[in-house]
Amino acid sequence: MSDIAIQTSKLSLWYGDFQALFDVDLDIKQGIITSLIGPSGCGKSTLLRSVNRINERLGYVRIEGSVEVLGQNIYDPAVELIQVRKQIGMVFQRPNPLPLSIRDNVLFGHRLHSGERGSKATQEEILEAALRQVLLWDKVKDRLDSRATELSLEEQQKLCIARLLPVKPTVLLMDEPCSALDPTGTEAVEELIWQLRGQYTILIVTHNMAQARRASEECIFMLLGKVIEHTPTDEMFVTPVHKETADYIEGRYG
Amino acid sequence: MSPDVSTTELSSGRTGVTADDFDRRNLDWYVDKAVEVLVFICGISAIIFIIGIFTFITKEGYAFILQMDWVEVFTTQYWFPSDEGDPEFGILALIAGTASVTGLAMAVAIPFSLGGAIFVAEFASGKTREVLKVLVELLAAIPSVVWGFIGLSIMNPLIIKTFDVPVGLNVLNAGIILGLMAAPIMTSIAEDALKAVPDRYREAAEAMGATRWQIIVRVVLPAAKNGLLGAVLLGVGRGFGETMAVLMATGHSVNIPGSLFDSVRALTATIAAELGETAVGSEHYQALFAIGIFLFLITFIINLSADLIVRGVREG
Ligand SMILES: Nc1ncnc2c1ncn2[C@@H]1O[C@H](COP(=O)(O)OP(=O)(O)OP(=O)(O)O)[C@@H](O)[C@H]1O
Ligand SMILES: [Mg+2]
Repeated sequence: MSDIAIQTSKLSLWYGDFQALFDVDLDIKQGIITSLIGPSGCGKSTLLRSVNRINERLGYVRIEGSVEVLGQNIYDPAVELIQVRKQIGMVFQRPNPLPLSIRDNVLFGHRLHSGERGSKATQEEILEAALRQVLLWDKVKDRLDSRATELSLEEQQKLCIARLLPVKPTVLLMDEPCSALDPTGTEAVEELIWQLRGQYTILIVTHNMAQARRASEECIFMLLGKVIEHTPTDEMFVTPVHKETADYIEGRYG
Repeated sequence: MSPDVSTTELSSGRTGVTADDFDRRNLDWYVDKAVEVLVFICGISAIIFIIGIFTFITKEGYAFILQMDWVEVFTTQYWFPSDEGDPEFGILALIAGTASVTGLAMAVAIPFSLGGAIFVAEFASGKTREVLKVLVELLAAIPSVVWGFIGLSIMNPLIIKTFDVPVGLNVLNAGIILGLMAAPIMTSIAEDALKAVPDRYREAAEAMGATRWQIIVRVVLPAAKNGLLGAVLLGVGRGFGETMAVLMATGHSVNIPGSLFDSVRALTATIAAELGETAVGSEHYQALFAIGIFLFLITFIINLSADLIVRGVREG
């Protein structure tokens, strides 16, 4: 049990009357990268977004079943949403740095969760550590007070990863984090994600088969709101169990 | 498309082209040109009107400005423009009147409109939101004379009773009335500014565990600050320019206010009240127009800076 980071049981989700997830049962192992693949509209983002409950901001989302993160059901009414989101960081498809300075972006989560405590010096340390970890420190150390939205997309996405690190999450959710980037940017961000392996449990949605294959240890294939197959990545790409999986991997779906 | 047609088109495309073909103008071309000219005239007419109005005011008032004693006008408070022997034209008290009323109005309107805008844009949803927006717009449409009437007939006795003062037509009355008047339009503009903040910022902050209030304070308000500042400046502009309500609620007595309960007189109200009684071309008449020029310049500057700030020319 201890090596399972995220466990969903009978997770179903509705957007109004439309059911987007059907009885999803998953055990996602701790400390590795799991990629989530499947054709457009199959519910990858929906599943990912229900793991830190960000789906709820829509107001018309209904959920059945449970999602346990490190043994704690995050849909339990007693659970503090804020703690859930502290434990579970999210990287979005389009880089979305806040319209603040680079410094304020990186320290944003830290300031929220530490209640502004901590001296200037500790904040600077945290800032540097986070930016170093995403390989951005040398590029931005001279302009920490300029706006984060002026960075290139690749740098913005790295910054969006960096700002999750100071609050020490256990799980990182990434929804097609490279899809807005050019090939060089993709490669750089992928490399970064690979480096974070082990320290964090990473669940990453991707449309890029090569990326899934290169960058993940386990792979989940979804179709029409259901999980079809969940196996180690090598097995899935070499000997897929289901015909649908094989068809998708070989590019016979959208 | 049948093969016939396409071959004809192709062949005519290749061979029969002359310079005339490129010159051909059909009805669409003329309609397009006509619309262009019409729109240009409409656009330019706004500028022409502004220049026209400014020229008119200047023409009536410049003679006074040329010969006036600047120090006397701006630093003394004696406004006796129709005195037979020794008329005096000090507008300091009038400026103080306008400034104090506008200042109080902003102190009333800013919290109201900011709070209202935050509620409508960030908290209310669905029906509540639509109803509130319509209400705010309705409030903005109440004519100023009605507000003045409220000042005279409701606020006046209320102030006299509550604070036990002899007159209720004073800075407090006019400031509150003007604040309530300016609040709806400020709310509307501030709400637009908040709505213009992309939702993905809110989503990003929420995903990091920010509460709704933290999102508003740390993300939305800073991101919308130019628009909010613009809203405040437009309110200030409105305050400077408002005439009727201010005329009715201030008490209209020339006075540098020492407290909220002093009656004052505003620049605008002075023009409105006195212009009808002066002889065209007299010194008094010209002085009133000079005040008009002054007001025009101030509101112009305020509105221009509001506009520039809203557009984010002043990067923050
Ligand atoms: N906010 C929403 N309201 C209503 N339906 C939605 C909403 N978001 C997603 N859906 C529907 O839920 C289904 C799953 O969407 P989701 O975004 O999870 O797919 P996805 O696998 O991430 O697709 P993509 O690869 O295109 O990102 C789709 O049919 C979509 O139309
Ligand atoms: Mg998606």
